[in-house]
Amino acid sequence: MRVLNLLINGDRVEVAAPEHWTLLEVLRYELGLTGSKQGCDKGDCGACTVLLDGKPVLACLTLAALCEGRAVTTIEGLLPAHVKAGGTGPDPVQAAFDECGALQCGFCQPGMMLSARALLDRNACPTRAEIKDALAGNLCRCTGYTQIFEAVELAIARRIGIEPAPRAWEAQRMPADEAERRAREFAEARERQKEPR
Amino acid sequence: MAARDLHGIGAPWGDRSPGDPENRAFEVIGKPHRKVDGLAKATGRAQYTDDLVLPGMLHAKTLRSPHAHARIVAIDTTRAQALPGVHAVITGRDLPIQYGVIPWTQDENALAVDKVRFVGDAVAAVAAVDEDTANAALKLIRVEYEPLHAFLDPEESLARSEPRIHDDSKTGNVSKHVRLDFGDVETALASADVVLEGDYVFHGTTHAAIEPHCALAQWSAEGLLTVWSSTQITHYVQRALAKVLELPIHKIRVIQPALGGAFGGKSDPFSLEFCVAKLAMLTGRPVKMLYTREEVFYCHRGRHPMQLHYRTGASKDGKIAAVDAKILIDGGAYSSFGLVTTYYAGQLLTGPYHFPNYRFDSTRVFTNKPPCGPKRGHGSVQPRFAFEVQLDELAERIALDPIELRRRNFQGDFTRTVNGQRITSNGFLACLDEVERASGWRARRGKLGFGRGLGVAGSMSISGTNYPVYPNKMPQAGIQLAAERSGRVTVFTGGNDIGQGSNSVVAYVVAEELGMDVADVRVVAADTDLVPVDLGAYSSRVTFMVGNATIDAARKLRASIVLAIAKEWQVDAARVRMANGRVFDTESTERSITTAEAFQIAEAHCDTLGSTGSYNTPTLGGDYRGGTIGASPAYSFTAHVVEASVDVETGRITCHAVWIAHDCGRALNPMLVAGQMEGSAYMGIAEALLEEHGVNRFGLHAGPSLLDYRIPTSVDTPELAALIVESLDPEGPYGAKEAGEGPLHPSLPALSNAIFDAVGVRLRELPFTPAKVLRALAEKDARSAPVARGRA
Repeated sequence: MRVLNLLINGDRVEVAAPEHWTLLEVLRYELGLTGSKQGCDKGDCGACTVLLDGKPVLACLTLAALCEGRAVTTIEGLLPAHVKAGGTGPDPVQAAFDECGALQCGFCQPGMMLSARALLDRNACPTRAEIKDALAGNLCRCTGYTQIFEAVELAIARRIGIEPAPRAWEAQRMPADEAERRAREFAEARERQKEPR
Repeated sequence: MAARDLHGIGAPWGDRSPGDPENRAFEVIGKPHRKVDGLAKATGRAQYTDDLVLPGMLHAKTLRSPHAHARIVAIDTTRAQALPGVHAVITGRDLPIQYGVIPWTQDENALAVDKVRFVGDAVAAVAAVDEDTANAALKLIRVEYEPLHAFLDPEESLARSEPRIHDDSKTGNVSKHVRLDFGDVETALASADVVLEGDYVFHGTTHAAIEPHCALAQWSAEGLLTVWSSTQITHYVQRALAKVLELPIHKIRVIQPALGGAFGGKSDPFSLEFCVAKLAMLTGRPVKMLYTREEVFYCHRGRHPMQLHYRTGASKDGKIAAVDAKILIDGGAYSSFGLVTTYYAGQLLTGPYHFPNYRFDSTRVFTNKPPCGPKRGHGSVQPRFAFEVQLDELAERIALDPIELRRRNFQGDFTRTVNGQRITSNGFLACLDEVERASGWRARRGKLGFGRGLGVAGSMSISGTNYPVYPNKMPQAGIQLAAERSGRVTVFTGGNDIGQGSNSVVAYVVAEELGMDVADVRVVAADTDLVPVDLGAYSSRVTFMVGNATIDAARKLRASIVLAIAKEWQVDAARVRMANGRVFDTESTERSITTAEAFQIAEAHCDTLGSTGSYNTPTLGGDYRGGTIGASPAYSFTAHVVEASVDVETGRITCHAVWIAHDCGRALNPMLVAGQMEGSAYMGIAEALLEEHGVNRFGLHAGPSLLDYRIPTSVDTPELAALIVESLDPEGPYGAKEAGEGPLHPSLPALSNAIFDAVGVRLRELPFTPAKVLRALAEKDARSAPVARGRA
């Protein structure tokens, strides 16, 4: 057994765990933070993704002993952090995933949302291609990813205060020129955000 | 009450907002509402089976066979039982009663009795204080095997009946054979202008839901067994547990917690459900078992490998005259749903095209491989691949546009198929129009330059089946509603929400019917102690059947509330309307109360407020043996156009885009429908390009991990455009049909057809690996080379 001092979702916690346990085992079995999921236990699926000092890592491949003194953010930590920072309700990424239908079975999504959160923390206005790259380590079997990309883009649009591009299924149900205009306006606004002031 | 009594052709919503994408005539239906469990899943609060922990819980593990086919001579568990921390060890002798999802083919044991039939077959199970101890105990179990000849090739299973994989089989190693003839195929083929003949191969794929199977059992001092399981059919698990454990069914409670994906892969009862139950009964402690990812691959129940031979005859203007199919199905080691698979392989091909003559001959054989079962588009994805590629070959042969060919053969709506299935609404032509428009087909097909092309395919799929897996006259879907004075309504449903959003659909229906906010409707689901029986999430039955049962219950509840309010106000009941969270008098709109106030008045007048509803299909199907298998109260229709390119140097295919047009009747929530369409097309393209559930010559899985079994990442997935087509169905809830399985089918053949448009080769064998592409290109070059030389 080893005693670990961890900073979990902003709280200092002391926990004793077997030497060989992974961070995922400590989170799920010792701390009851079951929001981080085990899909493969081999680092293939990304469902266990958490943020370690703000960077996404695979908790199933991270030895808990290596996390001594470090800050871990799990899916359970996002809403309280958002509220503490003066927001209301869930983190904008969580709200957008909910509103866009990105949560079908929801099992891969805690890891997916944390990867998305980390992306937006380092790049406030990523392009669709940058979003795809950032989420490439998180397998989703339900959605075909489209509604996930749309959710991340909704969070971006909210942040910069513009209307998001119409979602793929919405675009097919509105006049083509209107769908194109909205997509263009969103892309332009996102580009403007990227330009150095 | 049957939907036909409720709705009929002149359904009350029949003319409500046709073609209006905003669905203005509805308050809730047709709008992109959030899911009832969305935020619970977004915040990590939703509890899946493996998230549950009970005090004193033990952990269980399974010992699996290293042999593909062997007799068990002896098992010695004494050393395992003596290991400190081990509480119980069980083998096949502890659970000798067989089960199986289809009552007539029950050939499975929770743990092998006398024989193992594939590498990974379960042999023993251990319950211990923790996983490490349970794993250590498995290593101490001694099993003596006598290896038998292993059948790994379905052709061999067809040819040789000894040794028998199932000793008591009366048909050798044949699991099921079906041959059905409709019309006169031979005469029609003999007189057809064009006859195409070809062989096609489907390789076998698996579900790969991200949540591995998990079950937890608790045995109480009162003799009640509770099992939490990652199942998509609680009712069948409950029935199977009762049989195997010899317990009265009402002493068993099965609960499905949040479920991390299924796609058909959690439809069968699985070994772990029986093992945790038995171990909990033996130890008096709660017991949990979680499969490793490797075990999930071996438990499988994925899409059957099939070898398909098709002959299609047609007139020179492209009218299909006859179709003749011969199919060999590799079933793996057990029957599972195989009886149904064997029928579906033929029965579900008879739309959206009319053909007057049809024959299919399908044979499912046992092999010593992980058992196959139902995967999204059960039994019909493989034949659809073969047939739609052959239709493309037909279009090429007679120099007709492939979309036009499909239009010419459209079967129409409100008709009957050659095998006697009743077709109601049919929006297939609109699906073709949509994919043709959105893909720019006319301007772009054949004009993208060598190496890039467009392909089309169509399909038909069922919205549930009229035949419950065990024959009975009770409802297939049941709903109970409870309303109380706070203004809250609770729905009790046996429907299994597996991520497709069925709990949300029942909440939308109740909110629509009672004019309430969706947020004021709670859903209690998939807990057999609390909800009426429902047959669960399979065959795309939930929206159609549970939706109709919910309408039935909600209208009864509304009627009793409206009657009470009418009495209170002393007006005619026809004047009382529930909408926008209020109840009001349509002729004197200042008279208006909240829903909660209305519930209080109704509770005072009537009693505790509640209602029940149910759904059963009308009598359907052809009048012949097997004629009800594949009979559905409504069929969905789909067309895809795929854009793909081929790198002729490497043989690598890139799928750029899929336009998915799907006739789902009314889209009760277009966002959720689009999610099903996108997810289906993603899965279909993945099966065509990347995924292969391969078993090597030792019976070992070729790559039982999510790295080696290559499911697409966010960067591998093509652009997906969901084009929702709504052909309101007369019997569906508000006109709805299915959306979860149909939109997968055309992806595979449309990709093959796009590759033909791109580089002129026909890929008839899945998956389309670079090696196969290069081989096809080389064969094409070899064919054209003499001609080129002749010209020179």
